[in-house]
Amino acid sequence: MKFRKIGLMALASLFVASACGGAPAAPTAAPAAKATDAPKPAATAAPAAGDVVTIEYWQYNFQARIDAMNELIKQFEAQNPGIKVVHNSEIPYDNFLDKIAASAPAGVGPDVATMFNGWVPSWVNAGYLVPLPEKDFPPADIEKNFTSMVQGTKFQGKYWALPTAVRSLALFWNKDMFKAAGLDPEKPPATLDEFVDYAKKLTKTEGGKITQEGFAVEMNGQAHQWFREILTRQFGQIPFSADNKTLNYGSATACNAWKWLTKFETDYKTGSNDLFDGATTAFTNGKLALHIDGSFRLGALAKAKDLNFGVATLPTKDGINANFGSFWTHGITKKGAADPRRLEAAVKFLKFITSPAAGTLWVKTTGELPAQLTAAADPTLQSDPKLGAFAKAMGYSYATFFVDETKQRKNLIDAFDAVRLQNAEPCAALADAVKKDQALYDEFWAKNK
Amino acid sequence: MSLNTRRVIWAYAFLLIPLAFFLFIRFAPTLFSFDVSLRAFNPLAEVKPYVGLENFAKVFKDIGDPTHPTRKAFENTFKYVLIGTPIQLVLALGIALLLNSITRFRTIFRVIYFIPFVTSAVAVAWVWRALYMPDFGFLNLVLGLFGLPSQRFLLDINQSLPSVTAVVVWQGLGFAIIIFLAGLQAIPETFYEAARVDGASRWDIFRHITVPLLNPTIVYLAVLQTIAFLRMFTEVINLTRQGDGGPLNSTTTVVLRVYREGFGSQNMGYAAALTVVLFFVIMLITLVQMKFLQRRFEY
Amino acid sequence: MATIATDLAHNAPAPARPRPKMANVMAYILLSIGAIGMLVPFFWMIATSMKTASEILKPQFFPANPTLENYQTVLTRTLFPTWYVNSLLAAAASTISVAFFDSLAGYVFAKFNFPLKRVFFLLILASLMVPTEMLVIPWFIMATGAKLQDTLLGIVFPGLITATGVFMMRQSFYGVPDELLDAARIDGMNEFGIFTRIAWPLVKPAVAAISIFNFLGNWNAFLWPLIVTSKRITMTLPVGLSFFSGEAGSDWHLIMTGATLSTVPLLIVFLFMQKQIIQGVALTGMKS
Repeated sequence: MKFRKIGLMALASLFVASACGGAPAAPTAAPAAKATDAPKPAATAAPAAGDVVTIEYWQYNFQARIDAMNELIKQFEAQNPGIKVVHNSEIPYDNFLDKIAASAPAGVGPDVATMFNGWVPSWVNAGYLVPLPEKDFPPADIEKNFTSMVQGTKFQGKYWALPTAVRSLALFWNKDMFKAAGLDPEKPPATLDEFVDYAKKLTKTEGGKITQEGFAVEMNGQAHQWFREILTRQFGQIPFSADNKTLNYGSATACNAWKWLTKFETDYKTGSNDLFDGATTAFTNGKLALHIDGSFRLGALAKAKDLNFGVATLPTKDGINANFGSFWTHGITKKGAADPRRLEAAVKFLKFITSPAAGTLWVKTTGELPAQLTAAADPTLQSDPKLGAFAKAMGYSYATFFVDETKQRKNLIDAFDAVRLQNAEPCAALADAVKKDQALYDEFWAKNK
Repeated sequence: MSLNTRRVIWAYAFLLIPLAFFLFIRFAPTLFSFDVSLRAFNPLAEVKPYVGLENFAKVFKDIGDPTHPTRKAFENTFKYVLIGTPIQLVLALGIALLLNSITRFRTIFRVIYFIPFVTSAVAVAWVWRALYMPDFGFLNLVLGLFGLPSQRFLLDINQSLPSVTAVVVWQGLGFAIIIFLAGLQAIPETFYEAARVDGASRWDIFRHITVPLLNPTIVYLAVLQTIAFLRMFTEVINLTRQGDGGPLNSTTTVVLRVYREGFGSQNMGYAAALTVVLFFVIMLITLVQMKFLQRRFEY
Repeated sequence: MATIATDLAHNAPAPARPRPKMANVMAYILLSIGAIGMLVPFFWMIATSMKTASEILKPQFFPANPTLENYQTVLTRTLFPTWYVNSLLAAAASTISVAFFDSLAGYVFAKFNFPLKRVFFLLILASLMVPTEMLVIPWFIMATGAKLQDTLLGIVFPGLITATGVFMMRQSFYGVPDELLDAARIDGMNEFGIFTRIAWPLVKPAVAAISIFNFLGNWNAFLWPLIVTSKRITMTLPVGLSFFSGEAGSDWHLIMTGATLSTVPLLIVFLFMQKQIIQGVALTGMKS
């Protein structure tokens, strides 16, 4: 009994010690014992004189990406026997941003981290990333070798991160439903007008309820990206000013695109994200005919054995092609840059995982597209029945400079809900959402003169 | 050393760890929370400068903006309290009265009504989320049997809040029933007998004996349940799409806003300010409730 | 107070009153309807856990061919077993600490007199006023500062000693006769021995009550474990289930399997211990 009490007293003094450590700790010199938590065999914590340098790499939990990255790490370590990479991929997507934020003040965390391209500005803002060393990653080379989307993450005149792969949007369609409706199953709608027409034809109702949806707007999915970057351009409005400080997707011209989108649910009634547990689920389960989604959906769709679907480039309007690209991109953290040996290792690792070879390997495992132009131009890729549509679109894909992707997405979701649930006037709802977004951007730029 | 002194020393020794615990885990963090609320606190940043009452100003400005999620969070939270607490208490009292009046199967019923209370709120939320699904969810199937149209429940802007409330009430019913039962069984039978001898009707007995004598129990449950609604988080984040407290912020709560702002958008200063405001709201409402609901009586 | 508790424990029947038969039947009917309302969601959950993926969007209650395949999938290919273990460890650690320290503190307040006693008591009382939601941000900053994210200690530290437990134990210890303690003192036992060997064993029911409550509360805790864990393997069951459901998205059959797995074990424990649990709940009600 006494023993237990002493043991507990010791625990208590641990509290005291730890509670006093409330202020952000200085970054530690050697990587913390986080290695013991990682599912991979732990690396030695402190490098013995002159031998193995250990760097820590974090990405969010997504099986295909984990598999691909493990493969890349294996190859990298084989080519670089002096470097060990600890791979932490345990954190779920929803948590990833906050948990990285949590590790920063504690001085633990990754040396190289993967972040959503939309997060780069705020991570730079918080001082979490270091710019890519120009001698290793010359900007001219980046602009020559990588898809133009990458330039969307240029910030304060520098590059802070590079991707292995990118994703864009495409049109998915259910071939069996096309056949049943008398449409050619191999010819998806090519223009926005055809798209509306097909959506109406493919909608089936029974006793007032929709039993088959022609098209459902999934605002919390990719529809908001479709609107913001693509539809606006197709209706004649460039959504952002060149310096990314002024938002123009609330203009009267942009509203034409907005109204075009809202009509599916308010006027044509071809479907709703409220039905069948969401548009993506509906499409996967054969309840939805047309769907706009990202290339990352291919993995899930492949598992739906009964689904006979096709993938095509997005419909055009007035000959205007536009696509939206997003990507997960790798940067070097302040922690990684703190120690020169770790920085050197991190740079080597980053170069490796952003090489065309890496991009090509990534495609095979994840269904994403390589960010490197040479890899993307690969003819086998371009003619792939599923990936070809995305690969072709890389040339005209735009990445958004997000200030707070979560909030910006929510503002458009709310605007859309206001229109469809509260009969709000579409242009007023849109203007309101853009006003809120603009406030976010104004606040951001005020801190980043 | 005197016997007494020795005992006092033992007392302090025993209390050392508990007091240290409360100091470091409850007291200090409370002050710390106030401190964070006075800073621009982004965990990713190195510097978290003091900004005075700026966060509070922003909180109150947001409360004044009719469409802002923070404002809706407070509105919704109050709605949850005003709708949920009375309904739960009335239902629980009714069921407790029924349980008290029967002689057989009482244990079984008690257990059944208590089951939802011991199950995880997360599991409960996901089950109800499925039950509420439009068209082919279980509840809509039942409605269909009666020829009623399919409802959208959680996805409908007006039905969402009541739908969430129903889940919380459902889960908490068992606890309230048990407490009421205990309270009912504490009322001496002699009171009832005396009233019956005087010719009082069942309703009179209920109104003038049962309810007043249950007053402490009612107050206790009302305060407890109100505080629970004011702190609601788990149910909302698991019942709404992507935990967004929607549609259109119609179900969001203050704590959900704290979580999103503090741990999603890294505005910990703002989030901490929100928790401080919530703290005062809870204190205020609790004090008001205890003042107005409590009645003394002489036996 | 004690009599009421024992009354409840023995399930004293309501005093017999002349009642119309009809009202009685009515009561049974109403209660049964209510009971069905309480149970149907659970039945549905279990039924759906035995459905196949394609049956989810079909409007039917029972699976066409009940299968246990989902359970196999969830138990072998997801982290559910790990989450169970995590929850078990966290709840057990916390409960042991609470059972000991809450009792110790309650004992001191009940049986000792010393300077600043009232101050200390008020301090603990005051801690009840502050909602945990206000403390999660500082706890988070403290925990990350001490590198406690994704650790057992990180998950349990806020709840290792509880004020309500201290109060309840104080109440219980009031019932322990001072003569017993004094007799032990005369016999030369030291205070700690008196606590552990004389006083504590006399309040077993109360200790059981706070232990059960604490275990339950910890098992179902969500907000703090959600905040302090970042990796899937360190999550507790409620957090894991929440992520699992979010990721499984439309795999309702798997989600319901997960929900069943989260619910049923505790349910079984509850059914075995329902008397004590419900008695404990009623006890807390008495402390208003």
